[in-house]
Amino acid sequence: MSQNSGMKTMLNGIIKENPVFVLLLGMCPTLGTTSSAVNGLGMGLATTFVLISANVVVSLLKNIIPDKVRIPAFIVVIATFVTLVEMVMQAYIPALYDSLGLFIPLIVVNCIVLGRAEAFAAKNTVGKSFFDGLGMGLGFTMALTLLGSVRELLGTGKIFSFTIFPENYGMLLFVLAPGAFIALAYLILIFNKLKKA
Amino acid sequence: MAKIESTFKNMVLVLTGITIFAAVALGSVYSLTKEPIAASKKAKQENAIREVLPEYDRLDAEELVMLEGFEEPFAMYKAYKGDVFVGAAVQSYSTNGFSGAIKVMVGFDGDGAIINYSVLEQKETPGLGTKMTDWFKTEKGNQDIRGMKPEENNLTVSKDGGEVDAITAATISSRAFLESIQYAYKAYAQNYDVISGATEKSEKLTANEEEDQL
Repeated sequence: MSQNSGMKTMLNGIIKENPVFVLLLGMCPTLGTTSSAVNGLGMGLATTFVLISANVVVSLLKNIIPDKVRIPAFIVVIATFVTLVEMVMQAYIPALYDSLGLFIPLIVVNCIVLGRAEAFAAKNTVGKSFFDGLGMGLGFTMALTLLGSVRELLGTGKIFSFTIFPENYGMLLFVLAPGAFIALAYLILIFNKLKKA
Repeated sequence: MAKIESTFKNMVLVLTGITIFAAVALGSVYSLTKEPIAASKKAKQENAIREVLPEYDRLDAEELVMLEGFEEPFAMYKAYKGDVFVGAAVQSYSTNGFSGAIKVMVGFDGDGAIINYSVLEQKETPGLGTKMTDWFKTEKGNQDIRGMKPEENNLTVSKDGGEVDAITAATISSRAFLESIQYAYKAYAQNYDVISGATEKSEKLTANEEEDQL
């Protein structure tokens, strides 16, 4: 596999098949955790780790897993990595663990992870699967951080807790659930417009 | 390498193999992270105790106080400087938050006045209920609860006839927060007789009595 095709696979996940803006997968953590830029970034990185590890392991095991039990096998692999992330995060970054809380175990059921294992890693080489996981993860992280920044800025006047304008002028709506939908819709619109251009 | 066929034997073997590997990986990481997790939890609690109490140099062992009608006990930590009782921190909770339980650490001095508080855990709405972490210790209007005595002051939101200003647009979170403070005081008062200080050091007792006479 050439350097070039790895790059291409990776970029594919970031732009052409961005999990959030194009594939519209994994909407639950996308909407749920992006109330601030830091949370979006943390969630994105945790998911990226799981995506890469699960992709690599699944593509390593793809020939010894019988077809009929591949889904349970994939889920066990994914759940293992998610639990590892959860324990490590709780031990070494407790602040982030506190704010993401429930959403970390929910990475298991994030359809993007199982989706890539099933649609990509189970059919491709280890190297390609690694880049696919990395690209998809970065695309997901980028989308979540962007959405988190927009919501944090409009809602509280801050980005990464750095004040841009006084909180009193913020539109609280954007920190709440409806704001997540509105902000996401506009980001998808802009993303599609830019992609076409 | 050819793909393994989906016979019953193969399926059972592969799934068993994968789960065993998963179990081993999880088990080893669990034992590696067990201590750091416990340490970070303990550090968080100690920081909270230090934040809500005046300077102390000795902390009594944790006391668990059961209140009637509550399922979980309240943890209480008495602090001393030299031999003088300087206050106690009580870990309290309320299950009436806007979304889930709220856990707070509250410090009381020997007279039963609130010294400070620290929110340990809450899942309130970001930007609204989450403001409770600072709101009730900000000197503005009637929102500061520090120095108030749950015995004398009515620690409920002004909407309910109390003396405390609720967080703007987060009355439910404010109610739950104040409720947890009141529970903390109940636990504290049950364990430590605030008026006479009878269970505590005698120096403190006379100090309290003098104040009462004044």
